[in-house]
Order: sequence, then structure tokens, then C-alpha cells
Amino acid sequence: MQENNKKTSAARLRDLLRKLVHKRRNFLYNKNTAVRADYIKIEKTARRRKKTAGAITYILLSVWAVIVLFPFYWMVLTSVKSYGAYNSEYIPKFFTLSPTLQNYADVFTAVPLGKYLLNTVIFTLATTLLMLVVITLAAFAFARLDFRGKNIVFVIFLSLMMIPNELVIITNYMTVTNLDMRNSFSGLILPSVTSVFYIYLLKENFEQIPDALYYAAKVDGTSDFKYLLKVMIPISKPTLVTVTILKVIECWNSYVWPRLITDDENYFLVSNGIQEIRENGFGRENIPAMMAAVVVISLPLIVLFLIFRKKIMEGVARGGMKG
Amino acid sequence: MRKKTVHINSLKGWLYLLPAILFLGIFMVYPLIDVFVYSFEEGYNSASQTYFGTGFYNYSYVLHDPYFLQAVKNTFILVIITVPLSTGIALLISIGLQAVKPLRELLQTIYFLPYVTNTLAVGMVFMILFKKTAYSEGLINLLITWLGGTGVDFIDGPYWAKMFVLCFYTVWVVMPFKILILTGALAGVDRQYYHAARVDGTSKFRIFMRITLPMISPMIFYLVITGFIGAFKAYSDVVALFGTNLNAAQMNTMVGYVYDMLYGDSGGYPSYASAAAIILFAIILTITCINLLIRLKNQPDS
Repeated sequence: MQENNKKTSAARLRDLLRKLVHKRRNFLYNKNTAVRADYIKIEKTARRRKKTAGAITYILLSVWAVIVLFPFYWMVLTSVKSYGAYNSEYIPKFFTLSPTLQNYADVFTAVPLGKYLLNTVIFTLATTLLMLVVITLAAFAFARLDFRGKNIVFVIFLSLMMIPNELVIITNYMTVTNLDMRNSFSGLILPSVTSVFYIYLLKENFEQIPDALYYAAKVDGTSDFKYLLKVMIPISKPTLVTVTILKVIECWNSYVWPRLITDDENYFLVSNGIQEIRENGFGRENIPAMMAAVVVISLPLIVLFLIFRKKIMEGVARGGMKG
Repeated sequence: MRKKTVHINSLKGWLYLLPAILFLGIFMVYPLIDVFVYSFEEGYNSASQTYFGTGFYNYSYVLHDPYFLQAVKNTFILVIITVPLSTGIALLISIGLQAVKPLRELLQTIYFLPYVTNTLAVGMVFMILFKKTAYSEGLINLLITWLGGTGVDFIDGPYWAKMFVLCFYTVWVVMPFKILILTGALAGVDRQYYHAARVDGTSKFRIFMRITLPMISPMIFYLVITGFIGAFKAYSDVVALFGTNLNAAQMNTMVGYVYDMLYGDSGGYPSYASAAAIILFAIILTITCINLLIRLKNQPDS
């Protein structure tokens, strides 16, 4: 009984307290209604401002996306317009109701685009493979082997990175001409099978492989070359893939050297090929067919990019520069 | 015994390096020396490989050649307009990309596309977009007339119209690299700085000026330098827009001048080409040295 009483008194006290707090809250609330209204207003404008900022951001980003994508759209669109339709449009149309693939047939029959593509594939594969061999051997020597003069050679290599291609291309042109290698694949390929930058990149990668592995392999009697082949190359595969992709892009787009070194159509690559198509291609100015050629040339790299998107962007961020 | 192994190891090292040294020697070191030799040989004849004197005549010829002066002027205009413009727009876009979440990946992919396209091929698309001929208006001119202006032939027309297209296309081409580097730099700024600033109630603009910009300024600087060097070497995008006869179009660049001297209808003068290439190299080297100096000044301890 007494206990019950105690409880009730405690409960009563609690009630009282609760009421007091409630009153105080109400008082504060009433007092602050005006402030609160202001606060809501401020929050609203802030939200609105945030929204407009967001909208402006999206508009800005979309505008640039359109600027980037529009030429691609235009090139595909023009390539499916027929020659007659294109030339009768004084005011260009943004779409076509009668798409044709005739232009794509034309670029492989009327002009030797297929030949240019094949040449470019051969050039790209040969250059990239040769370069991989050369830079792997060099990077291995710098990273793993000890020999006299290594550091001096490495410094010389690094300083060569500062030399722009434009400076050495003149003599290379003369060299290749004098060696009678114009209009040949060796003339096209050989000058671009080394890259000091990629040697440097690979050397850095090789150096991260722990020495213990090397000594263990040595104890087992593994030769240096076998160690490079069986251990270092597999471990450094990501870097090698990056280097390969960057080199493929570079080869596919190279223009200046092939233009200087070839004047025989049988050795044209896609870049100087398309220039040739533009200047004396179809016997008349045929822009839709030219655009079809442009699409065919651009497609392989775009597909490659969409497959290896992450790798390519990483690789370029690590040290790619166009040209 | 020990001496012998050292010797063998040395040999092995050089053997592994041999292909690289061979290729670099033939196609990089030798040409580097040779280009200076060429540039001082007067009256060099590439058919008979003879010359009749040495001196600075080639430089003097190049520096007095109106085509070269035109090329220098074009190159400088291109550099001065496109480098700040592309860096600025790339910065704006990268900041915008930071703010959006849902479409970021898609947009980044789209923005990167110009990097993987053939400069020459896509340049031709720009050419037809901007061209105005007797039988076709061209898309850009259509837009201009819609907005109430009068059309102009951007490809064969007045000088500044051509320069505009060239700058526009150059910005379009160099943007992917800049956006990629700047988004990387922005993502690398430690979030803690932003949190601290927000607790202090710092305004967004102030946060940008006082935290973001100083944190990414080395990267901006890097982009400006590589942008300068890249723009000084502009060539294939110019060919894509205006064809190979750049001197006639008044649109030649310094690199274009070098190649024209070497090859083609106006070619056969490796000495003039060498002199022009060395002048170009001197400009690029100056920029690189300024770059190094400023870097050393900014980081005295590293």
C-alpha cells in the first residue's frame, strides 16, 4: 500500500515535470514562430538556389556533351544520305528519312579504303609488338641488372624525353630516303618502335617487384631472361596493357610520318588515306562518301575505347599526351 | 673470378639495352645532332648532297620569309587563345562534374571521346559543318542566319573566321585530356578541408578560391605548360580543316612550315626546315625551362 502511494507520488511528480517542460516548449515555440517562419523562408530560398545551381550545372554539362557528340552525329547522318539528296539540300536537314548504305559500299570499291585499313592494322600491330619487346628489355636492364654506366645511360634516356619529334623528323626523313626505305613498312615502322617514356613507366613498375623473388629464382638456377618472361612480365601485365593501348591509339592516328614517307597509295595509312580521299577521291567532291570513310576510320578506336574505358582513361591520366 | 662475373653482367646489361640504344641512336640522337648541322649548311642540295658554305644564312632566310612570319603569327594567336580558354572551360566542367552524381560516369565517357578519335578524320566533319559553298549553306551558317546574323564561309573566307574555326576545333580536341586531369585533381583534394570550412560557415566561392584552387593549382599549371607545348606543335588539325596547301590558305603553323619546306610542292629544303624547327624548339625549350624554374621555386625542399 505504502509502496503504491510512493509510486503515485513519483508519477505525479513526473507529470508535473512533463507539464512544465511542455509549457516551456510551447512558450518558446510561440515566441519563436516569427523566427521560425523566417528560418523556413531562408531554407526555402537556399533550396531553390541549390536547385537553380544544380540546373545551371546540368545545362552547362549538357551543352558541352552536345558540342562533343554533335560532330559524331553529323558524320553518321551525312554518311547515310545519298549523294543526290545531300547535294540538293541547300539548307542542311537534321535527319534523313531515306538512309542508304551506298556510301559505305563506295568507300571500299571506288577508293581503296580497305587497303588503307589493312595497312594501318599491319603498321599498328608491328609497331606495338616491336616496341613492347624493345621497351621490356630496356626496362628490365634498368630495373634489375647492374652494370657499369647504367645511371649515365638512364639520364641520357630521360633527357631525350624533352626532344620534340618535330626536331628529329627532318633527319629521319633524309635517313629513310637515303636508305631507300620510302614506301615500305620498315620505313614506316622503325622510327617509332622506341619510347623513352614507356621504358620509364615500365622500369618504375618492374622496380616494385620485391628483390626476394629474384634471389629465390636465382637460387633455383633460373636465368635472367626466363625470370623476366615468367615472373616480371606477368606481374606487370596491367602496365603493359596500358602501354599497348596508348601506343595503338597513337599508331592509328599518326599522320605526319606516313605522309612524309609514303607517296605510293599502296602504303597509305588511314590518316593520309583520308586526306587523299578528300583531295582526289571520288573524281568529284562526294562529301557523304567521305563521311562514310571517316566513320569507318573512327569506329575501331571508339569500340576499343568503350571496351577498355577505365584502362584507357587511367593510362592517359598517368602520362598520355596526344601527339 | 669476381672481375669476370662483373664483366659478363655488364655485357648482359648492355645487351638488353642494345635494341633501345640502337633505335634511339639512329632515330633520335643522330638526327638531333644532324639537324643543327643541316641548319648551318648554306645552299644544301638534297639531290647531290652538297653545300657551299656554313653560317646563319638559313636562319636569316627563314626569319625573313613572309610565310614563316605568317606561320609564327598564326601559331602564337592559336596558343594565346586556346590555352587559357580550354583550361578555363575544362575547369568549369570538372567542377560541374564534381557536383553531379547520377550522370557523372556517362558524361565523363562522352567528354573523353575526342581523345580517341582520329584528329584528321573528325576535323573533316568540322570542315563540312563550317563550310559554306554555292550549293549548300552549311550547318553553322544556318544557325547564324536563324539567330539573325549573316553567314560567312569559315573555311575559305576571311582570316578571323578561319582562325575561329581552328581555335574552336583545337579546344574541342584538347578538352578530354584537361577534363580528365582536372577531375582527377579535384577528386584528390582531401574532403576534411571542405568539412572544416563548412563548419566555419565559409561561402562556396571562398571555399573554391581559398581551398580548391590552391590545392589543384599544380595540375592547372601542368596543363597550361603541356597546352602551350601542344599548341605550338599544332599541325594535323589545321590540315584537316584547310587542306595541305596551308600557305595559300594563310593558315600555316610553324610545324606546318617545317614540313612544307621538307616535302611536297614547296619542299626539298631540309636546311630551311631545320632552321625553322630549331627556332620552334627554342621556343618550346624556353617554356619547359620556365616550367622547371617555377616548380623549383614553389617547392624548395623537394
